[in-house]
Amino acid sequence: MNRNSTNFWVGVFVLLGLAAIAFLALRVGNLMTWGEPAGYHVTARFDNIGNLKPRAPVKSAGVVVGRVEKIGLDPKSFEAVAQIKIFPQFEFTKDTIAAIYSSGLLGEQFVGLDAGGDTVMLKEGDVIKKTQSAVQLEKLISQFMFSKASEGGTAQTPVAAVPAAQIPAIEGVKK
Amino acid sequence: MPIRTSIGAVGEKAANTVERIGYFSRFVVGVLRSTPAVFSRFSLTLREVYFAGVFSLVIISVSGLFVGMVLALQGYETLSIFGATESMGVLVALSLVRELGPVVAALLFASRAGSAMTAEIGLMKTTEQLKAMEMMAVDPIARVVAPRFWAGVISMPLLAAIFSAMGIFGGYLVAVKLIGIDPGAFWGQMQAAVDVRHDILNGVIKSIVFGIAVSAIAVYQGYAAKPTAEGVSAATTRTVVTSSLAILAIDFILTVFMFRGTGL
Repeated sequence: MNRNSTNFWVGVFVLLGLAAIAFLALRVGNLMTWGEPAGYHVTARFDNIGNLKPRAPVKSAGVVVGRVEKIGLDPKSFEAVAQIKIFPQFEFTKDTIAAIYSSGLLGEQFVGLDAGGDTVMLKEGDVIKKTQSAVQLEKLISQFMFSKASEGGTAQTPVAAVPAAQIPAIEGVKK
Repeated sequence: MPIRTSIGAVGEKAANTVERIGYFSRFVVGVLRSTPAVFSRFSLTLREVYFAGVFSLVIISVSGLFVGMVLALQGYETLSIFGATESMGVLVALSLVRELGPVVAALLFASRAGSAMTAEIGLMKTTEQLKAMEMMAVDPIARVVAPRFWAGVISMPLLAAIFSAMGIFGGYLVAVKLIGIDPGAFWGQMQAAVDVRHDILNGVIKSIVFGIAVSAIAVYQGYAAKPTAEGVSAATTRTVVTSSLAILAIDFILTVFMFRGTGL
């Protein structure tokens, strides 16, 4: 075997291998998100975060504007404390509402931000005061069952006729 | 006295095992000790990378492609029950990067390149080429064994990465082109679920460890082979069997340490 052609093929092999690793890191993995802008951090307190996990996206109007960095529990108030990083190009008003939604019935959960009308903007270290917890399907169902039971089971209320006011009452926007 | 002889047989087996482990360890230390010599004459290792790595490219990429395609087909069966076919990318990528890529590539490498290393070194021993080198004051471990060992260690992670990449490409072909899953969901969910450090780096670490294990076993079996035709053939078989079992056992241990109790 000619040494030059050996070198050539070993070079091809090594380059292919490195290309495969780069493909795995960039295309399959999320190395790109390591290069995400630093952004500023705010915290939000929730009664219940459901299945929210660190690195879950933070979206506003469906656009990813940040990421959940840490989730902890306040030992005094027993509320979940989520630290959120928002990319620097996005500014939100101080009265922004943070809510936990899930994408589809079985989908992953994310934090949704709805900006309000305040003139002061959120900045590093601020706390989002208005939050809405994750909807728990079990609670919703049991609420529905109890309301059905209290009706005495006489009038066959169709599902759509459940008073809409009850649903936000379960996990209502808390002050 | 049958009891005495049977206990004696156990004792002899134990002593032999300990002796073999000791011989193997001393051999590996000897190989590692000649590392500076290997890297100062790197063209020898390069030649072995050519034989071990480049020649394994075809089998590795074709197997990877088919494993990925079958994963996608089988995954579709199960995922469609839950209406979660969009998670196909996650399924294919995580199974390949964490487990199948390193393990199957290592198994293929052991049968394709490990057996060749053993046979080559074993035949060199049988035809007394190793002895001839010693006569000429050339250390056969530094000249013959260590370059092959290092070539295996270098090739293994590259081959495993190629295997995983080809597998994901195969999964993409079946999932997106054949079944018609949305490519955005396929790649997007994959990227959201696969972590570079936790999944990909651990997979690469696994394949490096497998490379060390397979290469050490292959060169050792060749070097310790009985210098006869049967001896070389038995050593080649032992290389494939021992390294396959070693890969699976090491994989279990590594998986316990890497992915235990970490949710997804």
